[in-house]
Amino acid sequence: MIRLEKRPQPSQTWSMATPLVAVVATMIFGGALFGVLGTNPLAAIRTIFFDPLFGEFAFYYRPQLLVKGAPLVLIAIGLSLGFKAGIWNIGAEGQYIIGALVGAGIGLAFYPLEAWYIFPLMILGGAFGGFVWAAIPALLKVRFGTNEILVSLMLVYVAEQFLASMSLGLMKNPEGFGFPGSRNLQEYASAHNTELIAGSGMHLGVVFAFIAVIFAYVLLNRHMLGFQIRLTGEAPRAARFAGVKPARLILFCLGTSGALAGLAGLFEVSGPAGQINIDFNVGYGFTAIIVAFLGRLHPVGILLAGGLMALTYIGGEIAQGQLGLPAAAIQVFQGMLLFFLLALDLLTNFRLRLAKGEVA
Amino acid sequence: MKLTKLLTGAAMALGLASAALADEKVKVGFVYVGPVGDGGWTFEHNEGRLAVEEEFGDKVETVYVENVAEGPDAERVMTQMALEGADLIFTTSFGYMDPTINVAKKFPKVMFEHATGYKRSDNVSTYSARFYEGRAVQGHIAGKMTKSNTVGYIASFPIPEVIRGINSAYIHAAKVNPDVQFKVVWVYTWFDPAKEADAAKALIEQGADVILQHTDSTAPQAAAQEAGGVITFGQASDMSQYAPLPRVSSIIDNWAPYYVARTKAVMDGTWESVDTWDGISTGMVKIGEISDAVPADVKAEALAMAKAIGAGEYHPFTGPLKKQDGSDWLGDGETADDGTLAGMNFYVEGVEGDIPQ
Repeated sequence: MIRLEKRPQPSQTWSMATPLVAVVATMIFGGALFGVLGTNPLAAIRTIFFDPLFGEFAFYYRPQLLVKGAPLVLIAIGLSLGFKAGIWNIGAEGQYIIGALVGAGIGLAFYPLEAWYIFPLMILGGAFGGFVWAAIPALLKVRFGTNEILVSLMLVYVAEQFLASMSLGLMKNPEGFGFPGSRNLQEYASAHNTELIAGSGMHLGVVFAFIAVIFAYVLLNRHMLGFQIRLTGEAPRAARFAGVKPARLILFCLGTSGALAGLAGLFEVSGPAGQINIDFNVGYGFTAIIVAFLGRLHPVGILLAGGLMALTYIGGEIAQGQLGLPAAAIQVFQGMLLFFLLALDLLTNFRLRLAKGEVA
Repeated sequence: MKLTKLLTGAAMALGLASAALADEKVKVGFVYVGPVGDGGWTFEHNEGRLAVEEEFGDKVETVYVENVAEGPDAERVMTQMALEGADLIFTTSFGYMDPTINVAKKFPKVMFEHATGYKRSDNVSTYSARFYEGRAVQGHIAGKMTKSNTVGYIASFPIPEVIRGINSAYIHAAKVNPDVQFKVVWVYTWFDPAKEADAAKALIEQGADVILQHTDSTAPQAAAQEAGGVITFGQASDMSQYAPLPRVSSIIDNWAPYYVARTKAVMDGTWESVDTWDGISTGMVKIGEISDAVPADVKAEALAMAKAIGAGEYHPFTGPLKKQDGSDWLGDGETADDGTLAGMNFYVEGVEGDIPQ
């Protein structure tokens, strides 16, 4: 008979270990799933986790990991600040879209002028756009006590409508034969978020992601504001006695996460994606929530989690192409990862006890 | 220094990879926007892939990746296929256009075929089907069959291909039923069963008893079946599992002959960049079996129209036609040129509502 016993303190060891155990469990059960589908489980696991890093074409996939992981990390870092304080920004996808729209809009407004100041302006615009979009739920919460989860999530759908409207109207490429979508910023040097070193995948967004990790680490560990964030999350009442102003904290957390999501959108639209289009957003804002929790809301953890998530995406595509695994199997595999993480989280707060002889 | 060396190595490897086509098997890759089990658009492309396998047996190897988002993800999937030695890659969604062009630039020895786009290069062909020919036949049946004089239209994205379909269906419905009205719902997706079903239900509630769809799932068919008294048409695929009612006919995309021909061209070394836009005449567009729910005379008229279009005797866009704003478009007996059709961004006179901007 196994009993659950609440730990007096959450276990530090398990808090660190659960992500690793979850990955291993995912490999085992995911492998079994692939086996049932008639694919060699070992080959599948190797293709997903090993080939993108060390396989024959790793020289191409490694940079792609940066491209895929950077927006996830950038957004997740912002989200983690709020999550730590119990402020739930679920609408990063919308902030990502608005950041891209404002940033790209600035670039397109200057077309075809070539000047050094265009891209910096776009970066500011991207951050500003995301910030404003996140400030809406923040202000509503502060002023009227609305629920930021609902408001931020609903604003995603509003942002998607804006995106569609811009792709079909204001930002539509005048030389696009009536098809939706803006000019391709990759063909506009002043607005193109180029790779800093050709073929390395290192674009400015990747650099910003690393800076955000360092910034968040310092903030949370060395700064008064970081202390307040942690305190608010762990003991809201104590925080109030300690002089934390909740309104300021809400604005800071939502605003920062919005600005970072906006930046991610801007770097994506001016770099890998190239253009504003109806289906420009592919869910980074939502996946980043998983990344934030997978990384235990810790900056370094998020960096690793972002890399792991990118790995399963890219490895998953390779497995589809090489082994003929269906896309759905890969998605189940990714879902397992989150499932095991959440399930094993139990062990952080509870311990298993084998009850001897007490069975009635 | 070291970094530069590394990168040169990478660039060389890239060159080598694209040159390593020495093995005899021709490898053909397919990039799909939906799942192969969507029962519509992607399903038919996958049928084309299977036809290539059947035709050439062990002389070909085919690979595919499904559910690929349009944008950077598509670019990576194509690059991956090219790196792993694909000789010919079919990219089967409009949104893959720029990614296809980008990847093709990096792999000059790999041939690319992009469906429904307009950008070509030395190693990128484009191909599409004249779905609007099938829409004309649908419009005719819809106009004859509707009792509420309301036809619901589930539209995906406001791009020329979709607008062309709406216009073609409307013209032929209005021709046989001047009172007919089209209600268009834009769902901004090619494949999303939940959204498509919602759109169908909303249209039916607004009185539509005919549902036309330009999306890929069978969800609208199921919604119509549930509502009863509503007819539908299969889109991209026959969707015959919903026949004889609600599905009374369908437009079938038949990519197999094209895929087989293009694969053959790569094998023979005769592949060239071309722009193909075929319709009923070559069999790229087929009209699915018209069910018995359609009166015999209507069925005969519909079949006659399809035959006339196939034989080149009738063009679905034949004047006199005006644009929605009342301005003249085509004079009496004049037919639309391909350029105008390819970039069509206006409704014809009589269609209500605006194209989303």
